[in-house]
Amino acid sequence: MSGLWSEPQSLGGVAVEIAQNSAARAKVRQRIDSPVNVLTVEFRKSLVGPTGTFKLNIRFRAESGISILFGPSGAGKTTLLDCVAGLNTPDSGTIKVGDHVFFNDAAGVNVSVQQRHIAYVFQDLALFPHLSASGNVAYGLGNLDRSVRQQRCETILESLRISHLRDRKPGEISGGERQRVALARALVTEPCVLLLDEPLAALDAPTKSKIIDDLRLWSQEHPVPILYVTHSREEVFALGEQVLVLEDGRLIAQGTPHEVMTAPRQESVAQLVGFENILDANVIAVHPDRGTMTCRLSNSRVELETPLVRAEIGALLRVGIRAGDILLATVRPQGLSARNIIAGRVVSLEQHDVIVTARVDCGVAMNVHLTLAARDSLDLQPGGEVWLIVKTHSCHLMVN
Amino acid sequence: MTTEHSRHCVFQNGNGERKTCLYWLRTLMDWQAFWLTIRLALLVALVLCVFGLPIAYWIAFSGKRWKFIVEAIVALPIVLPPTVLGFYVLLALGSRSFLGRSWRSLTGHTLAFTFTGLVIGSIIYSLPFAVQPFATAFALVDRRLIAASKTLGVSDLGTFLRVVLPLSVPGLVTGIALSFAHTMGEFGVVLMVGGNIPGVTRTVSIDIYDQVQALNYAGANQTALVLLAFSFAALCLVYGVNRKAWAVWPWR
Repeated sequence: MSGLWSEPQSLGGVAVEIAQNSAARAKVRQRIDSPVNVLTVEFRKSLVGPTGTFKLNIRFRAESGISILFGPSGAGKTTLLDCVAGLNTPDSGTIKVGDHVFFNDAAGVNVSVQQRHIAYVFQDLALFPHLSASGNVAYGLGNLDRSVRQQRCETILESLRISHLRDRKPGEISGGERQRVALARALVTEPCVLLLDEPLAALDAPTKSKIIDDLRLWSQEHPVPILYVTHSREEVFALGEQVLVLEDGRLIAQGTPHEVMTAPRQESVAQLVGFENILDANVIAVHPDRGTMTCRLSNSRVELETPLVRAEIGALLRVGIRAGDILLATVRPQGLSARNIIAGRVVSLEQHDVIVTARVDCGVAMNVHLTLAARDSLDLQPGGEVWLIVKTHSCHLMVN
Repeated sequence: MTTEHSRHCVFQNGNGERKTCLYWLRTLMDWQAFWLTIRLALLVALVLCVFGLPIAYWIAFSGKRWKFIVEAIVALPIVLPPTVLGFYVLLALGSRSFLGRSWRSLTGHTLAFTFTGLVIGSIIYSLPFAVQPFATAFALVDRRLIAASKTLGVSDLGTFLRVVLPLSVPGLVTGIALSFAHTMGEFGVVLMVGGNIPGVTRTVSIDIYDQVQALNYAGANQTALVLLAFSFAALCLVYGVNRKAWAVWPWR
């Protein structure tokens, strides 16, 4: 990984800048001196759209580092970023970074976009089509000396490995390169908050992971809050130190990626993070000594051993099981650690890309993901008798 | 209306074969009227470029509810008969109006039947032909680009100069070309406001009208052909150089 952020020449660039530009020096000092770069967001906003009024009611703190904003489209993620950036105005509340207040309706404060010193990478990138890559990157540095400006641009272009694209227009470079230019344009201004709206949505996985590495490196060098909007699970795990799950204009879950994504407590989170099987179940026995309990799936005789949660016998719960977490066997398996072995019959097999979804009727309908090779070696056919194997801890319990 | 043909005599003194071509060119039409028209059209296009840009910017970006009223006023000259427009401009410039009186006390003469008056009338008459293409071009600039510019700390004016204007060049060219061409060919407003004073307010279209009145159809045809060729060449140049101009035509 090319960590040019920390290499001597980039530090040299900073030194030159400090010597040459007192304004920049004051800015750098202010940034170093400011106590903690914590973004505090607490606001309400009503939007009138074609489908009625949409209400946004947001309250969270984001420390320096990457915070993921995760949620379905229409959850209000972009509106939230726009409010932080100052492109949209909340109805009431407070938005501040450290003690720099961006917005406070009670105090009548609404700092203009230009004065907020944020950087925003838009979903569609919004690169200036009439400017070259370096023209785009230098765009926000108009108040700096020419030499400082060039120095800063060169450093950032080099560290994102796009120096060779310097003189090309956005229309003449590839999607991944455009993404890097947009990122460079935002990072070069040394913002006090970085807002990223699904910046990698259109990229293939290898390009994506390289850019994610670059972003993490930058984040380590620059302790500012970064709000990163995505609806990709891979990005959540690859990037996030904190995940904020947004739905219908509200934050419904918050925590580390592992906490939020693997043990969802709300069904909407479960659907977001991809439980293909969400089933109603009644608690029929609890085993506190083993840390498990037994649940019967509604309208069936299927019993599942699940992790223990605080619930009465007879309570109605919901169980989420990922289709990829279920094993499928054509003979009844023996000598397994997995506690749940359920007999069923294949209803249908559907191929999506390289994944086969088997729909299995075992009293309730279950979706199971298989590889193409597994389907062929098991010689699965609709109507065939199968056994489903589910580990206890693959059963995720949630409240309705 | 007086139609002078004295210019024929002036150049009849030319001797030798070589002068024939020049002579023909000079007698082809009333060049004084032609250059006056060019001067008028250039001046109007220039002034509209300066005043039209802020008006177009406001129309494109304002969220005011009563914006439609301003849009309607700007578009009025398109549908209004030129004589109606000319009549009111004449009244406004005349010595009885406030504007006319103030101008008179400043300069000693009225605005009506002067070149300046003609310029003012033409600016109003050609206003929509500049403002509408400008406003359309501004409105077509991706709002996210403008937002991006602002998040990068660039002021509204800086954003306009560095993002909106460069991306609106086709619309700007169209607006300038249309207001220029439209002023070149205007008749009603010129006649109402400027009258027909050679060298001061007599434009090419008035000249053609005069020649037709004098039953000099050949002369009218020559002048009309020159005007036609000139307008066509100017538009070809503009659209040829700036092919994207088609993108904002027809404007909304």
